[in-house]
Amino acid sequence: MTTTTAPRTDSADAPRREADSAGGATLNVFSHAFLVLWVVLAAGPLVWVALTALRPSVEILSDPMGWPTSFHWENFTHAWTTANIGQYAINSLIILAGSLTGTMLLGSMAAYVIARFTFPGNRLIFMLFAGGMMFPVILALVPLFAVMENFGLLDTRPGLMIAYIAYSLPFTVFFLTSFFRTLPTGVQEAAMVDGASHTRTFFQIMLPMAKPGLVSIGIFNFLGQWNQYLLPLLLNNEEESRYVLPQGLASLAVSQGYRGDWGALFAGLTIAMLPVLVVYAVFQRQVQAGLTAGALK
Amino acid sequence: MSEAGRSGVKTDTRVDDSPPSKKAQDRAGGRKSPNRLLFLLAVLLPPRFTPESVRYDRRYRTLDKYRFIAGFLSLPLAFYALFVISPFIQAIYYSFTDWSGGPVANFIGFDNFTKMWNDERFWDSLEVSVTLAIVAPLITLVLGMFFAYMITSGGRHRKGRAIAGVAGSSFYKVVYFFPQVLSVAIIAVVWGRVFNTNSGLINGGLDKLGIDGPAWLGGDRGLALIAVMAVLSWSFVGFYVVLFSAAMGAIPKDIYEAALLDGAGRGRTFFSVTLPLIFDTVRTGWIYMGIQALDSFAIVLVMVPEHVLKVTPVFLYERFRDGQYGYATSIGVVLLVLSMAFSLIVMRIGNRDRIEY
Repeated sequence: MTTTTAPRTDSADAPRREADSAGGATLNVFSHAFLVLWVVLAAGPLVWVALTALRPSVEILSDPMGWPTSFHWENFTHAWTTANIGQYAINSLIILAGSLTGTMLLGSMAAYVIARFTFPGNRLIFMLFAGGMMFPVILALVPLFAVMENFGLLDTRPGLMIAYIAYSLPFTVFFLTSFFRTLPTGVQEAAMVDGASHTRTFFQIMLPMAKPGLVSIGIFNFLGQWNQYLLPLLLNNEEESRYVLPQGLASLAVSQGYRGDWGALFAGLTIAMLPVLVVYAVFQRQVQAGLTAGALK
Repeated sequence: MSEAGRSGVKTDTRVDDSPPSKKAQDRAGGRKSPNRLLFLLAVLLPPRFTPESVRYDRRYRTLDKYRFIAGFLSLPLAFYALFVISPFIQAIYYSFTDWSGGPVANFIGFDNFTKMWNDERFWDSLEVSVTLAIVAPLITLVLGMFFAYMITSGGRHRKGRAIAGVAGSSFYKVVYFFPQVLSVAIIAVVWGRVFNTNSGLINGGLDKLGIDGPAWLGGDRGLALIAVMAVLSWSFVGFYVVLFSAAMGAIPKDIYEAALLDGAGRGRTFFSVTLPLIFDTVRTGWIYMGIQALDSFAIVLVMVPEHVLKVTPVFLYERFRDGQYGYATSIGVVLLVLSMAFSLIVMRIGNRDRIEY
């Protein structure tokens, strides 16, 4: 019977155990070595970008591996003003303010109705939303361009926001529907009995109860929309002053090559990456949970 | 605060006069029903102006419910139908036309597809895309599983337990996940600099070792393909480490203890215990990664100069820029068929009884 706890107790076969744990120790060193190696590979390029952002452009070209000798903060001011990173960041923020609010509001409204009410077509509407996750966006690319043009929404901010909202809805509705289904029905009924309208029950009772789900999907959509590249490339390509951050950096990578101002490009990349990484570091658990939930749809 | 207070007051009054209100309802049911005009009015007005006689009628309840459902669903459904569903359906229709952006789109049958069949540029791009879809998931999933297993079981002997995570496991997961929170466009720009021939990180490092690094993205298809594959795998490994270590963490400890008692080493434990138990997650991850690779667009568009290498989505985008809208949508349809075929094949490969634990 002692065998069941053998790995935990120091029993008669101590020599064997010792050898075993010595082997385990070497393996541990190995596994740590591999794990650390990937830390270097995963973070290395990003750290390199941040360090290089502090060096003058001439040095970057002659010795890409060098350390910053003196801090060239002017790279950052160049990036922010001459290379327009500031403008791009503001554009991104404006778009995100509208699109994220819209996505969360419309997504939770649709999900609540689908999850908590029985009506003809309920199942069909749910399948319609859920099915949208299976299709690659690139398939809709060309017709979407034409639809936006017909509505006069091409190269406008509302147009881009609407596109973000529409393409975020499938997963948002899918995720929140299953979340609303898990909430207890009693509270909703109690609110109705107390005379609260459907709308009021939703905004004052159900939404606060759904907060954990809203946070997860909110972070998912925040990152997805902040990082969006394909939709702005298609729908917001007319004016350079209207570019969002990823778009701006991609075009900067080309134009800074002509100007030879590599320092500003690296500084721009740092400005774009740092806030997202900080937000991620703070909310790491929710971010990891939210983003991996996307794969298990 | 005041809202809550008011609702509280309301609640009290309603509870107090609930018997009369019930009576009112009975009256409404037994007597003549409130007239239609009142109903119509109640539907159009905000709920607080609903006349008393209508409010407690059962039909009003139903009406109120459907009004609410319609109100909440109309805007999301309208956005979704107009900007997602309709473009998808249009895409399939336009793939059989010679549409070039104007109002005229003539039905031309399968001409776009035969044109594609004879288009060498399409086959070149497809070759790259399919290679990516086959190789990238392999590399990414193997690395992801390896690191996830190291993280969840690397501390096995340290704590004298059958299974234990390494020290700092959450730190590893946080750093590995970095690329997932960044925009693909930014990743592409960063790696474009890393792979740069003269001032890149890789060739700079090789230079320090006395090796003259190649022009990674400068013209050689094979090298560029390796670069794209590396970036794609790099950005997704962390995702799979998190996914797989969550799945591995859900496996009960006693199964590992039993394996250890039977004398299974770490490798044996992985292949005979861990892998079969997380197989569903692995298969889902495989499909997801394959589709990601097939759809990879921004990385190639931003990182690789266009004369060197193209993937099919980039080829599609260029046809769209040329104004060959019909042809571009037909390429999209082929991509859709390919990704569906890929999912079906992987589902078939791994189809087996699920192990419950």
